[in-house]
Amino acid sequence: MLDAAWIIPLIPALSFVAILFFGKKMPRQGSEIGIVAIATTFVLSCVAAVQWIQRVNRYEGSHQGLGALGKSLMLSTQEHGAVVKPVVHSITWWQNGAFKFGIGIQIDGLAVMMLFVVTLISLLVHIYSTAYMKGDIRFTYFYAALSLFTASMLILVVAPNTLQLLVGWELVGLCSFMLIGHWWEEGANTNAALKAFLTTRTGDIGLMIGVIITFFAAGTFNIVGINQYALSPGADHTLMVVGASCLLIGIIGKSGQFPLHTWLPDAMAGPTPVSALIHAATMVVAGVYLGARVYGVFWSGFNIGDGGMNPMAVIGAITILIGAALAFVQDDIKKVLAYSTVSQLGYMVMGLGVGSWVGAVFHLFTHAFFKALLFLGAGSVSHSGSHHSFDMKKDMGGLRKYMPITFWTFLIGSAALAGIAPLAGFWSKDEILATAGQGGFELFAIVGLVGAFLTAAYMTRCVYLTFFGEYRGHGQPHESPKAITVPLIVLAVFSVFAGLANAAPLGLEKFGEYVEPKFAFPPVIVPTFDYGLAGASLFIVLSAIGVGVFLWFREEEMHAFKGLTKRNVLARGGYALLVNKYYLDDLYEGVIVAGIKGPIARASYWINQNVIDAVVKGAGLAARAIAGGTYTLDQDVLDAGYDGLARETGASGGLLSRVQTGRLQWYALVSFAAIGVFSLALVIFR
Amino acid sequence: MSWFDDWALTLAVFLPVVGMVILLLIPRAEEGAQKLVALLTTLVTFAVGIGILFRFDYNRAGRLQFGVDKSWIDVINSRYHMGIDGISLPLLILSMFITVLCVIYSWNHFPEPHNPKAFLALILLLEVGMNGTFAAQDLILFFVFFEIVLLPMFFMIGVWGGPNREYASIKFFLFTLFGSALMLLSFLALYFLSDVHTFSIPALSALHGSGIVEGTQTLVFAGMFLGFAIKVPMFPFHTWLPDAHTEAPTVGSVLLAAIMLKLGTYGFIRIALPLLPKGAINWAPWIGGLAVIGIIYGAFCCLAQTDMKRLIAFSSVAHMGFVMLGIATLTDFGINAAIFGMVAHGLITGMLFFVAGSVQHNFHTREIKRLGGLLVQAPKMGWILGFCVMASLGLPGLAGFWGEFPAILSAFQPAPGLSDVVFRVYMVIAAIGTVLAAGYLLWMLQRVAFGTPKSEFEDADIHDVGLAEWIAWTPMLLGIVILGVYPNLLFSLTNPAVEHVSRVFAR
Amino acid sequence: MIMNQFLILSAFLFCVGVYGVLARRNGVLVLMSVELMLNGVNLNLIAFSARLHAVSGQVFALFIITIAAAEVGVGLAIVLLIYRNLRSPDLDGVDQLKG
Repeated sequence: MLDAAWIIPLIPALSFVAILFFGKKMPRQGSEIGIVAIATTFVLSCVAAVQWIQRVNRYEGSHQGLGALGKSLMLSTQEHGAVVKPVVHSITWWQNGAFKFGIGIQIDGLAVMMLFVVTLISLLVHIYSTAYMKGDIRFTYFYAALSLFTASMLILVVAPNTLQLLVGWELVGLCSFMLIGHWWEEGANTNAALKAFLTTRTGDIGLMIGVIITFFAAGTFNIVGINQYALSPGADHTLMVVGASCLLIGIIGKSGQFPLHTWLPDAMAGPTPVSALIHAATMVVAGVYLGARVYGVFWSGFNIGDGGMNPMAVIGAITILIGAALAFVQDDIKKVLAYSTVSQLGYMVMGLGVGSWVGAVFHLFTHAFFKALLFLGAGSVSHSGSHHSFDMKKDMGGLRKYMPITFWTFLIGSAALAGIAPLAGFWSKDEILATAGQGGFELFAIVGLVGAFLTAAYMTRCVYLTFFGEYRGHGQPHESPKAITVPLIVLAVFSVFAGLANAAPLGLEKFGEYVEPKFAFPPVIVPTFDYGLAGASLFIVLSAIGVGVFLWFREEEMHAFKGLTKRNVLARGGYALLVNKYYLDDLYEGVIVAGIKGPIARASYWINQNVIDAVVKGAGLAARAIAGGTYTLDQDVLDAGYDGLARETGASGGLLSRVQTGRLQWYALVSFAAIGVFSLALVIFR
Repeated sequence: MSWFDDWALTLAVFLPVVGMVILLLIPRAEEGAQKLVALLTTLVTFAVGIGILFRFDYNRAGRLQFGVDKSWIDVINSRYHMGIDGISLPLLILSMFITVLCVIYSWNHFPEPHNPKAFLALILLLEVGMNGTFAAQDLILFFVFFEIVLLPMFFMIGVWGGPNREYASIKFFLFTLFGSALMLLSFLALYFLSDVHTFSIPALSALHGSGIVEGTQTLVFAGMFLGFAIKVPMFPFHTWLPDAHTEAPTVGSVLLAAIMLKLGTYGFIRIALPLLPKGAINWAPWIGGLAVIGIIYGAFCCLAQTDMKRLIAFSSVAHMGFVMLGIATLTDFGINAAIFGMVAHGLITGMLFFVAGSVQHNFHTREIKRLGGLLVQAPKMGWILGFCVMASLGLPGLAGFWGEFPAILSAFQPAPGLSDVVFRVYMVIAAIGTVLAAGYLLWMLQRVAFGTPKSEFEDADIHDVGLAEWIAWTPMLLGIVILGVYPNLLFSLTNPAVEHVSRVFAR
Repeated sequence: MIMNQFLILSAFLFCVGVYGVLARRNGVLVLMSVELMLNGVNLNLIAFSARLHAVSGQVFALFIITIAAAEVGVGLAIVLLIYRNLRSPDLDGVDQLKG
């Protein structure tokens, strides 16, 4: 299967064509084609994953001790003996001069991990959508686009060279555009789609130039070749710095990093399953995947091994904080999750930036499950609970009674996201923080802890507003059908157990063993599990939840107290201390928490909307203004110049035509005079 | 089959003349017969093209094949010399292919004042000029075919065009003729400056401009540059293009965008670069500069448009900027990309003009403001528009990408003797141009296709894509996908021939 | 041989012809003046031919006489047409080619 892995992207591609042409005629309008195709790819991906694990085991069996060696610098196979190399196959795609460029597959641990994640979540989203999108006017088209997206994402995942990666990258962008604008009758949706496409494409300038620079530096598009070159002592450091910076711009655009993150919340205009699949689990992590793929370039360009600071880590850290802060002031449940995604992507990028390759990739893995779960849960709420609204304050509340499965799975997802041990998010976040702490990036570890606090707090708010309190909507909330709840349960199971794949204290380090490349890979440090840090982070998370519960759940208690104090004068005095406590709390809330969740968050949101977003919008408007100017220039100067030239030519002709009197003897006189003048000249100047 | 090898190019070029004569003999009233004759002629010509495709020796794509070399005008040693290699073959086939589709599309889309006989005859005459230009291997012969093209297009715009047709057609004619005059001067200069006194392109390319001093080369190149750059059209010689496109009938726009613009870029690759390498090196930074200005400038002009066709016309300026940037690098990467870009632009922009034509046919307007909700009223046409927009903005997996990306790539490392820094700046600017391209194209798509129909067209009688349109469009759409998915079809063909051109500069 | 007299005579004839062509209004007189100019040139040609003992001058003169005959034929026809159209042989009326 490893050698024939090209089949995996091919199946959804064929499924796309099949749905496009025959979907409408099928009894279930094409959804069955998509589901069967994706299920097949999922099975094949599992087979590939198993075979990869066997392959690694076989190598380690025959080369005892190489597992440890593999983690040290592994640049040349000649020196260190054989290591597990990725399976690479390609055929000529295009050629130029002596160069032949391939299209093909590169299967290694990272690729099979992504294959598994993408196909699994895609499959669940396909199943989920049969219920969620039921009766949609473009149901068939939706499934076609999902298939196309899956195919594009898989093309990106198996890419053996940066060029194919770029192709997949743009294609997923197209699918994102199509699906955000799924309900294109409304201007807001198409605006969001356009914004998403154009913003990511702005980042793609960086990616494109980065790909070009690494190509000319390393002389190849091949990922392995580029990594080998970047890590070799002879690498041109200037080119690596510029190349890494350009690629980072690409990552910023695609993975919603500061300051190009503004498209991601707007992208929530698309259907919820799309948000789960594309804008949470798979497409937005393409940037992180790129970073992990050509890690050598970043490692050598940004000197990650030396610790301290580098643009990648800084961008990631800023994104963690602003994303989390913004999540506090959203009333739209999907927007909360979107900002949360921004923040979590920040963790991954920061992870790459601080040298925690395994941590970043591991977080990508776990995040895919619990964030998809949360989005699908939000979709379930809007589908069956809030009458297709996403407004937590107006149309939700108290839903835990009506939708128990959705509630419990959502709760699990939130806990996993917040990082409560031993759920998935805890392990992966901890891995990043531990590496940052031990690799000379202490500052970033602290940022990560602050981010963890904020994450836990806003998720508490989100859960409270959605599932607790009184129902504020106008429909009859009920539990969603099985097609929706089953994927939720599956994802919840993964959200609980996925973290165990790389839980160091339990002796499970499968990511380091199977996913981390052994070939052409920088000497990243392997963090030792830090119980102190883990405990601290757990404590921070729990206290954040405590604060959150105290703040947002308090309202109900307040009712009781108010009632009591009104009914009984004695009670009023008796509870003075309690009331005082509340004053303290109000002070505490008013100064510190409100400071964070109020002005600061609002200010950052204001800055986000009015400065960063305004810059984006302003860039668009400026482009339009420049366009107007340019066009005026074109028409009134350049074109007018040519027109003027023609007019003057005509006018001068008119002027000359006056010489033509039509009188024969006048002509004769002129000729004779001319002859006379010329003869005279001939005589004189001879 | 050796007779075929000898006669193929002559047939390819002059069969349309035969068809045109037959067409002119048919009485005016019998439109059916006229259409049939025109279609058959283009089909037979295309069949010759298919024959050429089969007989072409792909292992020797770098050499001239199907050569004919007969005496023509002995006094000036100009010969009837035809031949094609990997550079001309795709363009020749594209020209035959698009002409067939144009005739099919015309079937029930004749613009006012109708008169299919004259219209079809002009299309056939146009094909003679286009095919001839791509096959000619003699400068004078090339020039003759290059100029033949002007005449039918002039009448097409001037007779069947929009309200401002006379202005547009005369502007088009004069502009192009002006460039041609200087180009002819350069050809004559080449004849007299070279020791062999010949107009043969292969013979002159073999000399690589040896015997002509650098200053003279630069000057002679300038003449050719004007001739070709106006045809391309490059900034700042592009102003005839938007007017011509806006006024031309749909088929005229398609032929203009798909083939005629390529005559200029083809001229650069076939004649200007190999014949005057030193002149080319001196001019390359300027050409590259004008190319990237064109990319950004065209994009900004697009953003300011309210007319769909005019927007597409300006997008041609931007796209041809990528082609010219590739050529200006003087590397095999760049020139391969340029040829791919030419073919891709021909298919994609041709399709965009087809769709714009059909939109106008249905709505009787091209004002972007008044349109909207095309996907509701004519979903198929809307999707095709969306597809073409995606192809045009250079989405990978469709043909446009392979003209754009390698061109940008090539600017990182231009030929020796050119400044790396200057071209890297060009590279970044061109990359920014891709975002602007996405901007204006999607903006047009959003306003034309998305949303709901405007009230004035709610009850309009809108026909979705019809049979003639399907037949004409499907091959182009397939071509865009096939070339996009497997670009080596074209790269493997052009690469050997391009290496002949770029080898001179690689030293 | 006395060359000067011939040359002076021919120059005189030519000048009279030029004056006639430029100054006379009547088309017939203009034609006659053209004849005078031509014959002035003829005289010149024959004189040099005799002086240089070269026959080509006389051949030219013969040609000119033939052409002049034809020219007068065509010219008179034109004048006739002008007269018919404008009811006057006056050349000033013929200015339709005015730019």
